[in-house]
Amino acid sequence: MHLATYLGLLHSSLTTLADAFRQVGQGHGDEPDVWHTCQVLAGRVDRQTEALLPVVRRYGEHRETEPERLHATGLESTRGGPVGLLRDLQDLYTLAGLADITWTVVGQAAQGLRDRELLDVVTSCEQDTARQLTWLRTRIKQAAPQALIAAR
Amino acid sequence: MSDRIADIWGTRTPHAKDAPWPVRVDLHLDDGLAESDVDQWVQSACVLCSNGCGCDIAVRDGRVVGIRGRAGDVVNHGRLGPKGLYGSWQHLGEDRLTRPLVRRGGVLVESDWDTAMDLVVRRSRELLAEVGPLSHGFYTSGQLFLEEYYTLAVIGKAGIGTPHMDGNTRLCTATAAAAMKESFGSDGQPGSCTDVDSCDALFLFGHNMAETQTVLWSRVLDRLHGPDRPVVVAVDPRRTKVAEAAVASGGVHLAPLPGTNQALMNGLVREVIANGWVDRDYVDAHTLGYDELAVTVEPCTPEHVAGICRVDPDDLRRAARVFGTSDRVLSTVLQGFYQSHQATAASCQVNNLHLLRGLIGRPGCGILQMNGQPTAQNTRECGADGDLPGFRNWDNPGHVEQLARLWNVDPLTIPHWAPPTHAMQIWRYAEQGSIKFLWISGTNPAVSLPELPRIREILAREDLFVVVQDGFLTETAQYADVVLPAALWGEKQGTFTNVNRTVHLSEQAVAPPGQARSDLDVFLDYARRMDFRDRDGEPLVKWHDPEGAFAAWRECSRGRLCDYTGLSYDKLRGGSGIPWPCDEDHPDGCDRLYADGVFPTHPDVCEDYGHDLLTGGTTSPEQYKAQRPDGRAFLKAAEYAPPPEQPSADYPFVCTTGRTAYHFHTRTKTGRSRRLRRAAPEPWVELSAADAAALGVREGDLVRVESPRGRVEAPARVGRGRDGVVFVPFHYGYWDTGGDGHTRAANELTLTEWDPVSKQPLFKVAAVRVTKLADGTRPAPAPTTTASAPHDPAGVPATAGEDDVREDVTPTDPPAPPPTPERTPNVPHPASKG
Ligand code: SF4
Repeated sequence: MHLATYLGLLHSSLTTLADAFRQVGQGHGDEPDVWHTCQVLAGRVDRQTEALLPVVRRYGEHRETEPERLHATGLESTRGGPVGLLRDLQDLYTLAGLADITWTVVGQAAQGLRDRELLDVVTSCEQDTARQLTWLRTRIKQAAPQALIAAR
Repeated sequence: MSDRIADIWGTRTPHAKDAPWPVRVDLHLDDGLAESDVDQWVQSACVLCSNGCGCDIAVRDGRVVGIRGRAGDVVNHGRLGPKGLYGSWQHLGEDRLTRPLVRRGGVLVESDWDTAMDLVVRRSRELLAEVGPLSHGFYTSGQLFLEEYYTLAVIGKAGIGTPHMDGNTRLCTATAAAAMKESFGSDGQPGSCTDVDSCDALFLFGHNMAETQTVLWSRVLDRLHGPDRPVVVAVDPRRTKVAEAAVASGGVHLAPLPGTNQALMNGLVREVIANGWVDRDYVDAHTLGYDELAVTVEPCTPEHVAGICRVDPDDLRRAARVFGTSDRVLSTVLQGFYQSHQATAASCQVNNLHLLRGLIGRPGCGILQMNGQPTAQNTRECGADGDLPGFRNWDNPGHVEQLARLWNVDPLTIPHWAPPTHAMQIWRYAEQGSIKFLWISGTNPAVSLPELPRIREILAREDLFVVVQDGFLTETAQYADVVLPAALWGEKQGTFTNVNRTVHLSEQAVAPPGQARSDLDVFLDYARRMDFRDRDGEPLVKWHDPEGAFAAWRECSRGRLCDYTGLSYDKLRGGSGIPWPCDEDHPDGCDRLYADGVFPTHPDVCEDYGHDLLTGGTTSPEQYKAQRPDGRAFLKAAEYAPPPEQPSADYPFVCTTGRTAYHFHTRTKTGRSRRLRRAAPEPWVELSAADAAALGVREGDLVRVESPRGRVEAPARVGRGRDGVVFVPFHYGYWDTGGDGHTRAANELTLTEWDPVSKQPLFKVAAVRVTKLADGTRPAPAPTTTASAPHDPAGVPATAGEDDVREDVTPTDPPAPPPTPERTPNVPHPASKG
């Protein structure tokens, strides 16, 4: 069964995502809404990780043996300026998207296993991931015209 | 004669529940004048708060010499408050801008209209050619007239095509609009001031009505002094007159720590649910989202919430019981919620309480999501704040198409690709140099925006061309490249709409001083010089005067909730103001909305598809439609999240900013009225008695309040607020001080941060420290008549003026309230739509 591998992937991608939210928030402290919302969302990703832990304990997780391409690469640093903000938000979008689809995959397994506890975790966390993606899309749409057309 | 500085609310005219509010006509004339000296009375309404009291302006020898309340007006039944009486005209002749100014060699010099407008138009054209529309920003007011906002909106959206338009209404009422859009699908006040006359319980959420809308508070006082008075519940960290009334009425005063409103509200909602006070039939038939709301508030037990908000859990239970068990509840909400953390979420919970109990659209059962400024409603509905005119939805291509047809322009011109740019973001773009042209009309951001050191830096930027249009040389005008002298109230004609949708006509009573022009004339002149054209090559702006602008707006409003098609200048003359929606079938307007529990949430009509209250992420049209709201209201939920700035060891207090009854905004008008200036001449810093004692501060001692952004130095009022909270009034800036230090404006302290949905800045949660600088020689200059009253009145002279207002408690019949239709005009019924 590969569920343990996927739980490991999920676990690490959530950790990466939370770090990335914090990093982007701090890197763009001059955009107060980005700073604050990133902190709030990072805290909620931490809660997802916590919610996942009991499941991980039951199934175990294969962190070591996971294939390299199942590993989410975090951000090395944040960029400056309006276009930099846009790019960093896009990176976050990619990471959040990976977490989102991984929850979906794990959720499918939970269905097959009739694991009610895991299903509950997946349902609540998927909503939260949708919220991250929604906010990122909104903020990216807002920033894009000014960054691409008018910014220096 | 009465002294209305000492007695802010005037003589009581008590009445019983459901009996009409008696008439009392207030009159104030210049010293030495009698009514027989008045040449002419000119109809208007007061523009010094959102109540919009109907009044007549007294004119003698071409000068305004007095004011009188209109007995037959549904809003005020003849009354006026201190600002209306003493501050509405007294500034008209004082220190006015009478000629355009332009910057030459770094200084502002007197010029003429052609030179000034030529500079404006030249810079505008240059930037449009070099960068395009995104280089332009317009920052307007909540104090112009409807005709002016609509004209500005058309210029900005169809002429220039910039999404960067907002008003200072972002600082005052953005959350009211946002909360109504989230819950009901559209802006539009559900309740009415007439609900005061018939409620059993009155909840004021962060609303110091006694100071902000004094005439509305008179209306409440007349109930509280009547035979079957309502129970009042006040949510406010200060012991305001409202809070005192709450305790006296057998109600509750809840004083949560600033920044924790959402926790408190979730606690109240939970109590209402847990005690079975929910009207299940109403909820099932008229709302969506109950289950998620119930799950979200479930952990918010009174004890849990009390720990976060530092209130007594039993007080919370009592307040919830009042809400849950009173037959008719009226709620009002203002800056204590709007300018605080999680503003929209908390304000939506007020809507939720009413929806859960089905208390909406009936006499005494209402919500007043208040406005602050007199014409803020028009900024919102006309689209001068970035929203699309007529409560149209920027994300609905059909709505954009309607406007494009109306204006005869390409729909692509109208910015609708993303949410409109809110004020704080406009300033950020200016800070980053991508907005290079900023036109500021009728507002004073150099005093009223948060974090003033930063705002001053932005205004001073070399690459930012700043146009300031105002009646006075404000702190902001000092930074302008071009200053345009504006006519003020009484000097121009136009309409405006108060907090409960009542539209008034304000006639021109006198000529503006010198070369000053109405804001409308300035905008029209700009449009002409820019030569904005429609698709057929005709002038884009096709009107030339206020009445023409009104007629154009009427068409724009047709079929929308804010329908003005039944209104005209003629109809607004002579009688009372009339609340929209007002169309052919509803010629007398509508007092309340949503009597039948059907809301404008149908996807074809709603003003917004909604947001996630926690982050502000926008709901997509597809997601929205999938919910099939179709006339049902949304019970929106959000967890409490801690505020972005909290007290720390370095900055142990929370600072909230606010008003006094005697001033308006940055005092450009009220500070030039002798009586109002005397009543509240200088800023002060309010501390609780225990905090003052711990700091070794006594009444009148000079203290410094510091935040990470800046500092304020002022005498301390040892007041009656809750411990840990410092209050500083936000009216005071620098136009009337000699020195150039910046230690007077409350916004030196505040932070650049805003609500994720309404984008309203957080003025109420700055962490500060307080130090004593020197012993005082006299009490702080804070009024004693209101929330700023001293903890120990001994030795503090009472605030007083002169006996100069005639109050006529006449036996005239009060005006009848406007009708409330069973079906709200232009709100599609589920049965009648697919
Ligand atoms: S209550 Fe408001 S509108 Fe009425 S007189 Fe006072 S300031 Fe003017």
